[in-house]
Amino acid sequence: MLALLWIELNKIFRRPRTYIAFGAMAAIVWLIQLALYFDGQAYVDLLLSNLSGSFEFSDLFKTQLLNGYLICFVILNTLLIQMPLLVALVAGDAIAGEASQGTLRFQLTRPISRTQLILVKFLASSVYVIALLLWLALLALLGSVLLFGTNDLVVLRSTGIEQMQMDDVFWRYLAAFGFAAVALTTVAALSLLLSVLADNPIGPIIATMSVVIVFTILSEMNIPIYDTTVKPWLFTTHMVAWKGFFYVQADAEGTTIRGSIENLPAVFRSLVILLGYIAFFLGISIYLFKRKDILT
Amino acid sequence: MRIHLFVLLSLIGLAGNAQTAEELVKSVKSKLDRVTNYSATGKMKTNVIFLKAPIAKVQVYFKKPNQLRILNEKGISFIPKGSMNMDLSQLFIDPAGFDLLDLGADKKTGWRIIKLLPRDPVSEVVLSTIYVDAAVGLIRRSSTTTRENGTFELEMSYGTFAEYGLADKVIFSFNSQEYKLPKGITFDYDDGSGKKSGATGKPTKGRVEIQYTNYQINRGVPDSVFR
Repeated sequence: MLALLWIELNKIFRRPRTYIAFGAMAAIVWLIQLALYFDGQAYVDLLLSNLSGSFEFSDLFKTQLLNGYLICFVILNTLLIQMPLLVALVAGDAIAGEASQGTLRFQLTRPISRTQLILVKFLASSVYVIALLLWLALLALLGSVLLFGTNDLVVLRSTGIEQMQMDDVFWRYLAAFGFAAVALTTVAALSLLLSVLADNPIGPIIATMSVVIVFTILSEMNIPIYDTTVKPWLFTTHMVAWKGFFYVQADAEGTTIRGSIENLPAVFRSLVILLGYIAFFLGISIYLFKRKDILT
Repeated sequence: MRIHLFVLLSLIGLAGNAQTAEELVKSVKSKLDRVTNYSATGKMKTNVIFLKAPIAKVQVYFKKPNQLRILNEKGISFIPKGSMNMDLSQLFIDPAGFDLLDLGADKKTGWRIIKLLPRDPVSEVVLSTIYVDAAVGLIRRSSTTTRENGTFELEMSYGTFAEYGLADKVIFSFNSQEYKLPKGITFDYDDGSGKKSGATGKPTKGRVEIQYTNYQINRGVPDSVFR
């Protein structure tokens, strides 16, 4: 099984197009960092415009606010919505790519079961997801910290502001990246399922993208009838729960409680739902693949 | 007859000892005038309905006549507008600039309530009210209404530096404006709990509490601190 996984990983990482995703991510991160490095004050002014009636903001405050932790948070907000599309490029290709190249039947002549093959394909896609996230952590977190330094993290929500002390932030990023790995693995599992159904990788890749886009739009829409009926069951609703690690609890006087998470059960619920989706997609994939006529 | 005489003499005695508003303000001001500059370390607690913030270690710098700066060098602190008014000597920069109105003693605390009415019709401060503890010559509470920034209230507790009129603990209340940002900018995550933030989106009262731990009085503060 490990040898098989190694072969699959070799396949993925030897393909030049795999690195398109890494290149695209680097470009986006660097563009955001560059823009904020040279024009960060304008961005901070925009964020603080609503608060200038109540507080006075010195240049020192603005410089402190625009630190590596905040930049990383901005990048994650922007990129983690787009990353499912990059994951689909690899996971959607896993079975359908082999089918279109005519190598799938050959693969199954080896002494491995169809279940094993699907599991290996899934594990390889998961490793790719983790590699992408490590790359993102390196660029967005480490890169921003090196460029902008560290300080307290201030997260602006639509109706409130969350402030965390500098030494209470790093573990939140570790947790958020871990959660993002599960969220993106859900997309990989969906893409793999769609890949099982097709003989050409374009179909599952586009289908995954379409599902993610439609579900994301539904998740973001504020229509009361969807809020309680549809949204709680869309995996895209739960994929953004990583942000929950950056919402803190406060005491009665509004003082941040160190190391706290505002709604930890909700984050766990989202995690369980995503894991459920992964198991569901993977189960269906195995079920369908075992009954599939492999003609190519 | 003896009792009546005693009461009468006591009242005359009391009237003789009771300070006028002018005298009280003068005694308060004389304490504050001993300080030309100071730097102090303190712990700042911010209580605004839409803000969750940790307790911050701050450095407070003051220089006469009216320079005050609260700095958090190691972290981020939201400093309310009008924090300048945290220093009481602001009230008395121009001693001839206001009329005094003595409202007598507060029934609960016994503190003398004195209103300071600026003579300048276009002064930024519209009205100040101070609650003076006449026994020690210290302002315990004040309320200042300004043209531009609403009303600020101060509550002071004194300790080691009472002889300079400097408080160990200051509670500064201010008007905080409404806060609301579009979700398109903030990328909020809805955890499905339906729990609303405490923020009403309407102006409310905010509160900043500074517990001073150390004052360095009249040892000089560089101008660069206030830039």
